[in-house]
Amino acid sequence: MAAKDERGRAGEQRAARHLEQAGWHLLDRNWRCAQGEVDIVAVCVDVLVVVEVKTRRSDAFGHPLEAVDERKRRRLWHLAFAWMAAHPDLVQGRRLRVDVIAITGDDPATAVLEHVEDLR
Amino acid sequence: MSVARTWAVALTGLDGALIEVEADLSRQTPDFKIIGLPDKALGEAHQRVHNACENSGLLLPRRRITVNLSPASLPKHGAGFDVAIAVAALATERSLDPASLRRTVHVGELGLDGRLRPVPGVLPAVLAAVRAGITRVAVPHANLAEAELVEGAEVLGAVSLLDVLRWHGLAVDDRPLPPVGIDTPPEPAPPRLELAEVIGQRDAVDAVVVAASGGHHLLMSGPPGAGKTMLARRLPGILPELDDAAALQAASVRSLGGARVVRLERTPPFEAPHHTSSVAALVGGGSRAIRPGAIARASGGVLFLDEAGEFASGALDALREPLEHGSIRIERAGASATFPARFQLVLATNPCPCGAYGVPGGDCVCPPAGIRRYLGRLSGPIRDRIDIELAVARVSVAHAQAAAARTVTTAQARARVAEARSRAARRLRETPWRTNAEVSGTWLRQGPLAPPPAVRRPLDAALHRGALTLRGYDRVLRVAWSHADLAARERLELDDIGRALYLKKGTTPL
Repeated sequence: MAAKDERGRAGEQRAARHLEQAGWHLLDRNWRCAQGEVDIVAVCVDVLVVVEVKTRRSDAFGHPLEAVDERKRRRLWHLAFAWMAAHPDLVQGRRLRVDVIAITGDDPATAVLEHVEDLR
Repeated sequence: MSVARTWAVALTGLDGALIEVEADLSRQTPDFKIIGLPDKALGEAHQRVHNACENSGLLLPRRRITVNLSPASLPKHGAGFDVAIAVAALATERSLDPASLRRTVHVGELGLDGRLRPVPGVLPAVLAAVRAGITRVAVPHANLAEAELVEGAEVLGAVSLLDVLRWHGLAVDDRPLPPVGIDTPPEPAPPRLELAEVIGQRDAVDAVVVAASGGHHLLMSGPPGAGKTMLARRLPGILPELDDAAALQAASVRSLGGARVVRLERTPPFEAPHHTSSVAALVGGGSRAIRPGAIARASGGVLFLDEAGEFASGALDALREPLEHGSIRIERAGASATFPARFQLVLATNPCPCGAYGVPGGDCVCPPAGIRRYLGRLSGPIRDRIDIELAVARVSVAHAQAAAARTVTTAQARARVAEARSRAARRLRETPWRTNAEVSGTWLRQGPLAPPPAVRRPLDAALHRGALTLRGYDRVLRVAWSHADLAARERLELDDIGRALYLKKGTTPL
């Protein structure tokens, strides 16, 4: 596995831990479909959240949040709906939300974590 | 604080409207949006703001910034909003004094290095801000002298964005940068032309003095080399100096046209557009930002159209409404702008295409029909607005030498004009008019100072003969009053009427 993929993995671990600490219950990780991959799906009471995790060593080549542009945002929503279509039993009329978690730093375990809720 | 507000100015013509620039920071992925009818240059502001902030050592918040320019329905042009946008965007996150932001107007374009670049129209923008009650103004350093011309404005001439932010109470270190200068040199003062240089044209000089004292529009006809242009150029020098309001207005128009204004010019402006000028060049126009034309720049002074017959007839006729109203309103799809157009019109023309018609010893080769057509290019409605029609003859050698001794200097003429004008203003103090050229015909003929029958006999005779129309009758009376003012008379006399009749009918009859 390439170093950057490993870093991404570690970032996702960190994000998952962060969500669990915040009271979320994880439903799915790295779910793939024809349109792409969903990093994390979590649920808390009546909210279903699809989370994209962006991990970077530094913001020398742009802040990780800046990588989520208009196109990416639209794609994330597509993926979120695709996930919902594939798991009708888990949706149960919950409200859907898309979040981004940006992790900037050398060691994903200690790096700066920024959580942007409810992308629109 | 997630919503920050400050002020900028949008110019439509000379009128500035305060624009509230509000920036909102929402917890979304980084984005920078500008809304509120920006044009292309303004829409690109986010790029300049982004780099200018970064190169000033201040990162913009990494969230979605939405900048709204309100009122949102008013179209906004140009890069002059950059500074206000940057300040508002930074204020969403940083500790700038909100009270300071609320009472400050920002004008200026940002360079990528964070320095402020000069923009056109600073003077009218600052004027509009002060009139609207916001007296603190941040302008680019290069526009400082211009902004300081406005009375009551507290001006910051900022070299860089950091200067502006420090003004609003942000604790940032100074990074000394050389200010951005303006490449265009400041406008030179108009040359002081001496009336005494015009020799052997006593009649013509007198006519120009009469025109100056009454504010009369003037048509000069004469062969090439007679000195028509020379005379016209000396007219602003003998007109009274502009007062504060008029000087500020003239400077505002120049600033809007992109000229570098550093002082208030008191000498009335002189504009001499070339005869190939288009309608838009004369009256103003442009498809997006509406720019002032020659008549707006000439407002308060003289518009000189040399070779008047060569102008496109449409261009000349476009002058009719401004001549009537003293202002020009230009309508475009997006906006409409009003410019001042209170100018004194001076036309010069040759008597015929070859220029020799009517010249003693001249050998005119033009066919009569050609001459008629040439003079006919000045349309009736335009000629109708001209009070003085003056024939300027070539000066013979003997004449030139004899006359050299008794010329009128600019200083003498200006003193006479000033006195005549104050006399007219005193006479007209109960009326809405200030100069003889503005007075209505009814007041001239039936007002308290209407000339007695004995004095107006030559006029009545000309009217009976059909040599004068009733409108022409009024024009002669106006010029006669100017003549009387110059002669320090309280009443019209036969001499004034006779002189005015001569000045009206001076050119070659059509």
